[in-house]
Amino acid sequence: MEEIIVSVLQRTLVAGTPLLLGTIGEVLCERSGILNLGVEGVMSMGAVTAFIVTFATGSPWLGLAVAILAGMLISIVHAFASVTLQSNQVVSGLALTMLGLGISGLLGKPYIGTPLSVKMNTLPIPGLVDIPYIGRIFFDQSPFFYMAMVLAFIAWFILVHTSLGIKIRSTGENPRATETQGVNVSLVKYLCVIIGGGFSGMAGANLSISYSKSWIEGMTAGRGWIVVALTIFALWNPTRAVIGAFLFGGIFVLQYLIQPFGISPNLLAMLPYLATLVVLVAIGMRDSNKLNAPAMLGEPYKRGER
Amino acid sequence: MRKIEQLEMAGITKLFHGVPANKDINLSIRSGEILGLLGENGAGKTTLMNILYGLYQPDAGQVLINGKPVRISSPQESKMHGIGMVHQHFMLIESHSAMENICLGYDAAPLVFPKAKLKRQIIEFSRKFNFDVDLDKPIWQLSAGEQQRVEIIKALFNGADLLILDEPTSVLTPQEIKELFVILNKMKDEGHLIILISHKLDEIMELCDRVTVLQKGAIVGDAETKDVDKKILARMMIGRDVIFNIEREEIPSSDRVLSVDKVVVTSDKGIPVVSNISFDLYRNEIFGIAGVSGNGQKELVEAITGLRKIESGSIVLDDQEISNLSPRAIYDKGISHVPEERIKFGIAPGLFLYENAILKQHHLKKFASRLSLAYNTVKDHTRGLIESFQVHAPGISIPTKNLSGGNIQKLILGREIDDNPPVLVASHPTYGLDVGATEYLRKQLLKRRKEGGAVLLVSEDLEEIFELCDRVAVIFKGEFMGVLKADDPKLCDIGLMMAGSLRI
Repeated sequence: MEEIIVSVLQRTLVAGTPLLLGTIGEVLCERSGILNLGVEGVMSMGAVTAFIVTFATGSPWLGLAVAILAGMLISIVHAFASVTLQSNQVVSGLALTMLGLGISGLLGKPYIGTPLSVKMNTLPIPGLVDIPYIGRIFFDQSPFFYMAMVLAFIAWFILVHTSLGIKIRSTGENPRATETQGVNVSLVKYLCVIIGGGFSGMAGANLSISYSKSWIEGMTAGRGWIVVALTIFALWNPTRAVIGAFLFGGIFVLQYLIQPFGISPNLLAMLPYLATLVVLVAIGMRDSNKLNAPAMLGEPYKRGER
Repeated sequence: MRKIEQLEMAGITKLFHGVPANKDINLSIRSGEILGLLGENGAGKTTLMNILYGLYQPDAGQVLINGKPVRISSPQESKMHGIGMVHQHFMLIESHSAMENICLGYDAAPLVFPKAKLKRQIIEFSRKFNFDVDLDKPIWQLSAGEQQRVEIIKALFNGADLLILDEPTSVLTPQEIKELFVILNKMKDEGHLIILISHKLDEIMELCDRVTVLQKGAIVGDAETKDVDKKILARMMIGRDVIFNIEREEIPSSDRVLSVDKVVVTSDKGIPVVSNISFDLYRNEIFGIAGVSGNGQKELVEAITGLRKIESGSIVLDDQEISNLSPRAIYDKGISHVPEERIKFGIAPGLFLYENAILKQHHLKKFASRLSLAYNTVKDHTRGLIESFQVHAPGISIPTKNLSGGNIQKLILGREIDDNPPVLVASHPTYGLDVGATEYLRKQLLKRRKEGGAVLLVSEDLEEIFELCDRVAVIFKGEFMGVLKADDPKLCDIGLMMAGSLRI
């Protein structure tokens, strides 16, 4: 029994890691006021580029780097459309999802069914891994897990305790006021969208060179959408994103665990979205100010217009 | 080290789409001086100051600091030169703390832990000017006066020598205005340069050393305040005499039209904000509700006009119970409404003039043809309204938001009273308007009264209350502190009643 619990928890963290990576990026992006619904597509781009580079070079770390770069590059499309052209961010985000899914499908076609010979191996932390139970759960993970945890902390620290963070949050709340304080609002938004894209690319790499070691079309399987939901669930806070991501990761694991008992996995696949709704309703009923959504989220900002 | 001893704007011209907003403006100010910039709305005061603050670029002319020409192409550069601006609509992030707002505007803010590292400095700094603000509270929890102080701290802490204040008193209570003036005088004594944009003559006379008057984008006068009086300034500003004491005829008020009895209303958060208010409203009467904003006026007005449900009590119009009817039913029964925040609640800003002119009446038979609106009738009706209510508009097929505040308000008032409704509820009808429009609107309210209408006037502007009202109620925390006749000598204690320390 103990064995099963430890294994379930360990797999929960594994399943939650890509969600956490994507969510940190989306939190940063939305805090600057840009809604990015392109996560699913960018993740897919990250997954396919990481796979191809790892396949070709044999180095998963190089694969990861290229995936981050690819995520950043393709996100520029969204930044350009929503910041420079001030177009509708929902439309542009959806377009990014389709673009990313399309390109990754095309690029990955020759690689379907060919498994990687190397992958990002788990990295047991010496010493810590020997702690009973906890060691196996927390310290026998892939490097993606450790990176996600550190990045979540860094993102939280930047948002709350640095001047840059104040600028990012102010931009999402009231870009006009922020601009009168001498902040380059467009630059902040570009920065956040592109960094957010890097995170999504990283989440994709996590899926193709660590979580599994193969590429199939549609392997992101809606995780990009869960990230968008998680961002709201986390109330735009990177630390709460950690809790949320692993909660939702747990639901992933449960899907397989509960199947033998005759409960449809589709029912569980719905849970992340249901949980997001429940959290929104619960907080909204208590105090709508607590909801904390960036005030100008999704609103195009036009300079100099009164 | 002061960065600005003397500042000059020379030959400034700014065109918007070929229309001059500023024409060849020259002005100068030196250390230890408060300069008033007086003019009606749309006279170009704010445009001129936005040029100085780097938000707009002038098409001609230059800014000279200490005699040397400087280029100011962004707020960032303006701040570097020692210029700070407090905008009319505060440039604050509502959900952030005062502290975070100050850090955002502070160029030398440390990259890491800015709040913790600057806190002491800012507290010491605010003590010097007797600013009393809780720095950790989010902005939305602060009063308008406190928010303004945050804006001033923000500018000064960033090293501003020249402070531009755009209509600083428009959102403040009389008490807060006094405190602001004390602060500004103190800054002046320390050698700061202050430019005060205003259209309120009293403020200019009280506070400024010199005044520059703008009209239609050009300077029409320049004077030491000690050499002029209000009448002269007013004439300069609008180019003719204004009647300061609008003649109010004595008309005996007649039958009761509206009766509000023990009404209780709750706010959006479910807290009771109007508790047991009762009053009657008669024909030929203007009944004023004075008080500081946020004491339940808004909710009371919404309850009477049907926008908000009442919890208990009754509202009776001509012997008919109207409480909790729909807004349209109440409007159709004869209560019209000039709402506060005219652009938000009074019009649909993007719709054409002729569409806004029939809002709330679009369902009436007279505007309908078989399948659609009778556009010709609607347009004729609009032209009539514009004509009789002196709305200055380039046409009726333009988005209403393109009009100035005064013209929008005239259009709204025209729409609401053209049909001679028995009751008119007017919330802050002249808030933020220039002298000319204010005078016109007040006269229209008095005309309604003469024609037999009853007017419920909610206002923070005591001058307006005294000028227009037959009876005045003072509201504080959702209760009437007293209802007095306009000639009651006890009205001189209205300030105490507004502050809740006196009940009559």
